[in-house]
Amino acid sequence: MREQILNYIEHNSRIDLHDLAVLLDADETEIVKEIQQMEQEHIICGYDTLINWDKAGIEKVTAMIEVRVTLQRGMEFDKVAERIYNYPEVSSVCLISGGFDFMVTLEGRTLREVSDFVSNKLSSLDAVLSTKTNFILKKYKDHGTIMAEQHKDERGLVTL
Amino acid sequence: MRDPLSKTIVEIPFSGIRKFFDIVNEMDDAISLGVGEPDFDTPWRVRDEAIYSLEKGRTFYTSNAGLKELKVEIAKYLNRRFSLEYDWKNEMLITVGGSEAIDIAFRAMLDPGDEVLIPQPSYVSYVPCTILAGGVPVVINLKEENEFRLTAQELEDAITDKTKILVLPFPNNPTGAIMERKDLEAIAEVIIRHDLFVMSDEIYAELTYQEEHVSIASLPGMKERTVLINGFSKSHAMTGWRLGYACAPAPIIEQMLKIHQYAIMCAPTTSQYAAVEAVKNCDEEVAAMREEYNARRRYLMHRFQEMHLQCFEPFGAFYIFPSIKEFGMTSEEFATEFLRRKKVAVVPGTAFGDCGEGFLRISYAYSLENLKVALDRMEEFITEIREEKACQS
Repeated sequence: MREQILNYIEHNSRIDLHDLAVLLDADETEIVKEIQQMEQEHIICGYDTLINWDKAGIEKVTAMIEVRVTLQRGMEFDKVAERIYNYPEVSSVCLISGGFDFMVTLEGRTLREVSDFVSNKLSSLDAVLSTKTNFILKKYKDHGTIMAEQHKDERGLVTL
Repeated sequence: MRDPLSKTIVEIPFSGIRKFFDIVNEMDDAISLGVGEPDFDTPWRVRDEAIYSLEKGRTFYTSNAGLKELKVEIAKYLNRRFSLEYDWKNEMLITVGGSEAIDIAFRAMLDPGDEVLIPQPSYVSYVPCTILAGGVPVVINLKEENEFRLTAQELEDAITDKTKILVLPFPNNPTGAIMERKDLEAIAEVIIRHDLFVMSDEIYAELTYQEEHVSIASLPGMKERTVLINGFSKSHAMTGWRLGYACAPAPIIEQMLKIHQYAIMCAPTTSQYAAVEAVKNCDEEVAAMREEYNARRRYLMHRFQEMHLQCFEPFGAFYIFPSIKEFGMTSEEFATEFLRRKKVAVVPGTAFGDCGEGFLRISYAYSLENLKVALDRMEEFITEIREEKACQS
């Protein structure tokens, strides 16, 4: 049941819960209860909106920064991550396997804002060995959703 | 000048609801619940294989009966999904959609005067294809009280000594009806006793929502009497690729192949390469589409119940077939008025046979958002005409 609910609301968190109950052949109060519980358990962590900022004409600069770190006793990955993710301009932090340790996604209004953050805040952390900043030029697909406009229904109105 | 036309073809009437379709097609701003094809795109991996085959220059004819690789995979698929055992070498033929398979099966099996039993409401091509093959169509009117299933008694009552083939169109377009194993067993007994054949059109086999689809060919003694028709249009959202197949005893396939060879040559090569991927690696995509259809089906049933619209619960295809008898209008009147007032297109039940009178075919091959808008308008419309009727009386 939980998995079914999550699968639905992952891509449509605004769905009417009465409708969701019908779609899943379940009881509405049951659904409401499950969702509340999952919110409390932090399984559902938030309800964000997927925005095409380009389309809105609002400039944003997004960078994906590869970060290599060195660890010390009392300063493990989780701790280092915490130092990084507590900055509000950081939108995501992931521990990564491979040639570097963290992938940090950063959003700023200007190129300068992002580079200032990297040089002043991120690089100056004791644990950080090196950074490599990749600026996003264009976003094609995010959270499973294709950003370009979807094609129209070109089927005939009636076919047998 | 002599009449250039064949009497046989001229005498086959155009669909009675052509006028209604003309009205629909003139409206630019209408929305619809009227299509008979999936709203999903063909899974990308299938399209990608087609592109790859074109890049590789695979643009030649395939063998008449179809690509070996495709036939081998279809045989495995039919076994995995429906416990059927077909020899890809001589019991299978790849066709241009299920439609071609229907046509050439009749032509391979009928002599002039042979009768074909056609349960209705059903897809529109069985009657004309029977006539074009020299056969005589005999319609069996299915009943709502039986959830539009075919009963052994209805079949028995329609059989004469000229009867040769029974068409079995389940899961059904337009009613959404299915035939469960017990229903099929009763039919199979009659078929065997009267020494008849079955053309089982199972194009919607992947779309059942209660129990798994059962093919009549999997019942004892029935494989040798059945022409099984299936394809990729509905299950894999591949209508435009025009790809289907027929499975039947070797002597029937051999003669069907003869017609196919002379009239068609082979099914589209690009589509065949794409279909290999579809039948081999897309069970998950098919299941996901089925789940989505099922959720919409429940939503529609729920809305119809709220509207107090009489409707049996269908468990197959992607159609619901509600009754509109309470409004005292014909199906076509209802559909025309609904289109005029609310700009929503639905298909009158009569498009699928006279016994579809008093019903509408509602398709749920639409996104939930579209269904909601259309159903809201339907609710408004029904409320209006109920009020008007109450005022009159």
